[in-house]
Amino acid sequence: MIRFLAAFVMLMGSHLQAETLKLAVTTSFNNSGLSDVLLPAIKADTGLDVQLLIVGTGQAIRLGEAGDVDAILVHSKKAEEAFVAAGFGTHRREIMYNDFVLIGPSSDPAGIAAAATAVEALQRIAGAQAVFVSRGDDSGTHKKELSLWSAAALDPQQFGPWYKAVGSGMGASLNTASSLDAYIMADRASWLNFGNKRDLGLLFGGDPVLFNQYAYLPVNPARHLHINQVGASRLEEWLTSGRAKQLINGYQINGEALFVFNAVP
Amino acid sequence: MTPPMTASLKDVVVRRRGKTVLGPVNLDLAADGFTVVLGPNGAGKTTFLKVLHGVERVSGGSVTWSLSDAEARQAQAYVFQSPIMLRRSVRQNLAYPLLLLGYEKAQIAQQVAEWAQSIGLSDALDFPAPRLSGGEKQKLALARALIRKPRVLFLDEPCANLDGRSMRDIETLLAAARQAGTRIIMTTHDLGQARRLAGDVLFLIKGMVHEQGPAATFFAQPSTAEAASFLKGDIVE
Amino acid sequence: MNEIWAGIQSAFRLIIALDADLVEITLRTLQVSLSALVIASAIALPFGTWLAIRRFRYRRAAIATLNALMGLPPVVVGLIVYLLLSRSGPFGVLGLLFTPTAMIIAQVIIITPLIASITHQAMRELWAEYHDLLISLNTSQGQRVFTLIWDGRRTLMTAALAGFGRAIGEVGAIMIVGGNIDHATRVLTTAIALETGKGDFALALGLGFVLIALALVVNLAIHALSRTEREGTW
Repeated sequence: MIRFLAAFVMLMGSHLQAETLKLAVTTSFNNSGLSDVLLPAIKADTGLDVQLLIVGTGQAIRLGEAGDVDAILVHSKKAEEAFVAAGFGTHRREIMYNDFVLIGPSSDPAGIAAAATAVEALQRIAGAQAVFVSRGDDSGTHKKELSLWSAAALDPQQFGPWYKAVGSGMGASLNTASSLDAYIMADRASWLNFGNKRDLGLLFGGDPVLFNQYAYLPVNPARHLHINQVGASRLEEWLTSGRAKQLINGYQINGEALFVFNAVP
Repeated sequence: MTPPMTASLKDVVVRRRGKTVLGPVNLDLAADGFTVVLGPNGAGKTTFLKVLHGVERVSGGSVTWSLSDAEARQAQAYVFQSPIMLRRSVRQNLAYPLLLLGYEKAQIAQQVAEWAQSIGLSDALDFPAPRLSGGEKQKLALARALIRKPRVLFLDEPCANLDGRSMRDIETLLAAARQAGTRIIMTTHDLGQARRLAGDVLFLIKGMVHEQGPAATFFAQPSTAEAASFLKGDIVE
Repeated sequence: MNEIWAGIQSAFRLIIALDADLVEITLRTLQVSLSALVIASAIALPFGTWLAIRRFRYRRAAIATLNALMGLPPVVVGLIVYLLLSRSGPFGVLGLLFTPTAMIIAQVIIITPLIASITHQAMRELWAEYHDLLISLNTSQGQRVFTLIWDGRRTLMTAALAGFGRAIGEVGAIMIVGGNIDHATRVLTTAIALETGKGDFALALGLGFVLIALALVVNLAIHALSRTEREGTW
């Protein structure tokens, strides 16, 4: 028995590794399904085996700081700039954007579908004290939500029990909203790919303030010698190429384009 | 010729939870013979045996064998009052002491076969030892003790609760062991058995050696009143 | 109820189609948990047995500590292993974070106290039974440990299987130290967490049934292997 196990373990452990690159990405990026299209293409064009660590922006940045990944792809401009300024990343390269939308029960008790701006929509939710699920996990989406509340001159710290910070990823938060019939802010891609919509519907979107810029930041090899610097720049080259542009702009769910490529070659 | 295996006990005392259960005992054990340890319940017979074997620690005094401690222990075997069976087959129980001694496979197989036959368990070699009957277990325990060819054999009530047939088998095995020169020290409750087997007798009361001497003398003319009333079957405290 | 039914269906679909991803994830799950089981058993079985037969001054404290460690929260173990293995941590140079090895390390830490504690309890009983005989036969410490492990192997198998069950069903720690990387460190439990996050309950549940089936198969296989011995039950 033990001999069998030992042989099995050795067999499993011995398979060879191609050139790998560890990339921390946000849950919203992965949930969109875009990674399933991009990764095989990257592998075919560059030979890179990109290993995705799917985490919130907060943790992605920590992983980059610690040198546990070779690059990060996130969407929180302030945090990204701080990351580069502190010397953890070499530079910040904008790749594409998608947009956030406001989701809620199709009956829309707060009437946000009629709001003119995202800020007004949030003010209506707060005014109606309708149940609202917040990511509450320091992710890019969470930070964006907080900045909108603050633009609406409201402070989530003061909110009553209708405001629920669940401290989870996009999918788990959407699951919570769906079972509570609550409002939630999500990126369009995660929403379209989400399989448990139940009574929820897309109620508000399109305000430019909701645009969500993704940027690529290679980790600084000066701080961490083991970083795959060559691979990271090869990936950057690919992500800003015409091939990436075609794949990103062409990616659709239910006939809707999700991402807009805006990298400067 | 290996040196004779004698033991000398000096002021041996065993205390448990503040109570003295044995001693002080001062005694010299001869190298040869069949000693039966007699005495009422709670006289310290089992403790006495375990102290001699070195599995029970003394609270005071010393037990000195004429061999080094390690050699002495290796040359002894002990059969416990309720036989301890390894959770293995009869075969593996018999083989166990020989495995510990590093015997070769073929040698072990041969010895096991011989001893299994002598205790009538040849057909049960692959039977789980813990599921044997009481008499079979006791015989197996005895064979497992003798298979090491000990120079000294300790037996603690080997025939308690056994049927006549098993008792006879065991006494036959003991007689053969004596014949082969094994020194035997045994406790028993059964005065009949003591009369049949004993060469000399140690009579214990309340942890003290009350009387000792040749069996014939002890049974015919006990020198103390307590021994006399014990032999009569009276209650002795 | 509909979702449970859909989950069963999707489990069947995955298994019948021998979905390549499913096979890969399942094999990795087995690789990680069985490796952890072998390593943890190699540590815990002798240690638990030794603890049962050896008297020493801090024995009680050691046993109490062991029992307390049994309740280690996996997430905390994961976090600590993560911090230790991180490139910025003390063992960062080994480059083990986000590899199956890191997951094995975390699982070994989680299940070793469990296996050792169950071993200790079982061996204490057996030792009480064997004590006089093994002392009388002048056995060495090593021979005693070996005899107890051998004769108690059925109970110990139960201990090991309990450890395996905990390892294969664990998600908190391995999610943190493995990172749930597709084709590298994704195992059944982390895949289930991922699919749940996507709201794909049918697929998540399907994977869940595969996980349960896997645990059952391993248990039955080990029991069957042990039953091929001749002695039968005692």
